[in-house]
This record gives sequence, C-alpha cells and structure tokens, in this order.
Amino acid sequence: MKRIARSTLQTAINLVFFAVLATAILASVFFLTRDAIKKSEEAEKMKLINQIVPSTLFDNNIIKDTLTIPANELLGTEDNTLAYRARLKGEPSAVVLESIAPDGFSGRIWLILAVRANGELAGVRVVTHKETPGLGDYIELPKSPWIKNFDGKSRAGYKDADWKVKKDGGQFDYMAGATITPRAVVKAVNKALVYFEQNRDKLFAPSPQQSPRPLAGEGKL
Amino acid sequence: MNLQEYKDIFYNGLWKQNPGIVQLLGLCPLLAVSSTVVNAVSLGLATSLVMALSNLSIAPIRSYVPNEIRIPVFILIIAVLVTVVQYLMNAYMYGLYVVLGIFIPLIVTNCIVLARVEAFASKNSALPSAMDGLAMGLGLTAVLGVLGAMREVIGKGTLFSGIDLALGDMAQGWVLHIIPDYKGFLIAILPPGAFIGLGLLIAGRNWLNLRAAQKARSKPAPTPLASPEAAQG
Repeated sequence: MKRIARSTLQTAINLVFFAVLATAILASVFFLTRDAIKKSEEAEKMKLINQIVPSTLFDNNIIKDTLTIPANELLGTEDNTLAYRARLKGEPSAVVLESIAPDGFSGRIWLILAVRANGELAGVRVVTHKETPGLGDYIELPKSPWIKNFDGKSRAGYKDADWKVKKDGGQFDYMAGATITPRAVVKAVNKALVYFEQNRDKLFAPSPQQSPRPLAGEGKL
Repeated sequence: MNLQEYKDIFYNGLWKQNPGIVQLLGLCPLLAVSSTVVNAVSLGLATSLVMALSNLSIAPIRSYVPNEIRIPVFILIIAVLVTVVQYLMNAYMYGLYVVLGIFIPLIVTNCIVLARVEAFASKNSALPSAMDGLAMGLGLTAVLGVLGAMREVIGKGTLFSGIDLALGDMAQGWVLHIIPDYKGFLIAILPPGAFIGLGLLIAGRNWLNLRAAQKARSKPAPTPLASPEAAQG
C-alpha cells in the first residue's frame, strides 16, 4: 500500500513539474512576442484603414483616436466595437465603422466602412466572410472590384429603395448565381449609414478614451 | 547512428512511410488548407517545425517520464511548442497567421505529431528523433504542396497565389497565371476536391510501386520475389 502511494505521488510530482515548466516557457514567449504581435496587428489594421480612408483626409493618429460603440442593431454588432476617427487639422473628416451583415449565404460577413463627415462613403471592405469561393467571394477586393461600387455613395444621393441589388429594383450590380451575398452587404452598408446619420455628432465628439481593441472580425474566425 | 540510418529515416518519411499518402495520418489540415500551394506548404512547414522540435525535446527526457503519464506529458510539450510557433507567426508573419487561422492551434491535435513522438522519439536518442520528425514533416509538406498545386491550378488557374502573405510585399508579382482568363472549377477548391486529389496521389504512388515491383520480377534476379513494398503499398 505504501509503495503504491509513493509511486502515485512521484508520478503526480512529475506531471506537476512538466506543467510548471510548460507554463514558464509559454509565459516567457508570450512576453517576448507581445509587443511584436501588437505592432503587426496595428499595422494590419492601418493597412485596411489606409485602403478606405484617403491619406489626404487625415493627419491624426487614427488607430489611437477611437470611440467604443456598444452593440447596435443597425451595425449588426453584438459586442463593443471601435470607431476610428479621421481628423484633418482637428476637424473631423471621416469615421471608420465596423459592421456585420448577418444574412450572408454562409453566415456573417464582417465589414469595415469609412464614412466622410458629409455622409458620403469613402470606401467599404470585407474583413472576414465564409461565402462560397469562386461564387460569392467577389465582394473581396482582390477577387473583384465590386466593393468599390460603394465609393462616393450616400443616403443623400440614393433613397432607401436604391439601396438594393438591381434584381430587387435597386442600384447595385450583382453577379448571376450569387445574389444573396451582395444583397446582405448592400443592406448592411445602408443600415450602417443610417446609424451614422443618427449618431453623427456623438461619433465625432472628441473623447480622451483610448482603449485599443481588436477588430470584431478577428478572433472569431 | 551512421549515415545509412539517417538515409533510411528520410526515405521512410518522404516516401516509404509518407504520412500523407501511406500512413494517411494528419488528414484534417491536409484536406482543409490544401486549396492553394502557399497555404498548404506554409502549414506543412509549421507542422514539420513542430514535429522536429517535439521529437527533439521529448527524446532526451524519455527516461524521466513515467510510463503512465507519458501521453499527457507528450501532449503538453507538443501544445507548448505549437503555441510558441503560433505566437511567432502572429508576431512576424501576420498575414499568413490570419489565413491559416484555426489550423495552427489544431497542429496539436494532428495525430501524426503524437504518432512520431510515441513511435520514434520515445525509443531513440535526440538527433535521430529530430531528423525523423523533420523527415516525416517534410513528407507531409510535399504531399500538401503537390495537392495544393493540383487544386489551385485546376480550381483557379493560378499557382502561388497569396505568396505575398508568406514572403512579404516584394513577392506580390510572383503569382503565376497558368491558365489565363480561367473561369475556375469550383469543386477543386471545395473539400471534395481534396479527397479526389488525395485519392489520385495514392493511386499514383501505388502504380509507381507496382511498376517497380514488376520490373524487379521480370529481371532474372537471384531472388524472384517481389519487393516487400509492393504488397504493402
């Protein structure tokens, strides 16, 4: 009996030793790579933002000038997201919003869109989606320029009925065989613009709050 | 360990006991990420690195690990190594990290890693074990690469698309458009394409083996037996 107890104890100590060692290694690698990870995530975010906000529109540090937006039905978000504010000589020029189209062909489509201060879209990009490769994925820029249709559009120029694909009587092109995907994106962009109209002043209000958080799409792959 | 034994280790990993088309282990990433060459080879190399490191680190401590808890300890070490690789990719190859996504942490559950630790590293010394991990990993990478090339050319008409994610912006122009103005062949990109492609690769390997065996038989050799490989393949 005593021998069994001793060997059990030895085995347990052995396992604990390896667990502690593993934790120590992981913790040190985590601290060693933490800054580099943060830097590459910010660089990636900046790359996306640069694509949709022309560099002539801002002179501030967009990544740091953020506003936390609580979950919102118009944006399709179920969690806090960040809005990035572009300012030129202190004057608000554009805001970058995250939005989720809940009704894609294969689930959600994460979007990022930049709205100029006058309510015009500066650009829209798809961050993550699971649409069928080769069919619904033309909403991605590398696959097709379709997403650039949104550039310069606004709710002042297009009425609600225009914010639909042409098949449904709206103004937006689509590709035959994949209508559900663009329908979801167009609807989500329109709703995000409605959100912008309703919250314009709040979005551009200067706020000292600076709490960088990853884009909603990341980590939910 | 002499040179011949190292040669055997590599011959086993790359051809005779190839994890992808002979042992058929580690199919989860094989089928999921082999839609392009770049994705396939990147995950293959990450897996090879983990396999070499896990064999290398487990072989020296094999006598200190009690038999009853060897599996949890091995898995713990593999999980640590995979997480380290994941941190490094997140920090220095962000684009690729996003593309491979969930499949990097899933290397832990890839049975080929534990299989080599259990079958080789727990019985051999450090250096041959590391070589075994590397050889098996490279064998898997080769299969992944060929499968990725097949699926990408047939499915999209390109080769090396997305290479800039792995090698940086300077590689942006390296994408080859094998078939210009190709409309694409969807099934090759979707999971069934991976199964069909893998089946063709296995068939191809068996055909090569059979042909080699027939050649050996038709020759007036002192031992007219077919090579043992033919029966096995």
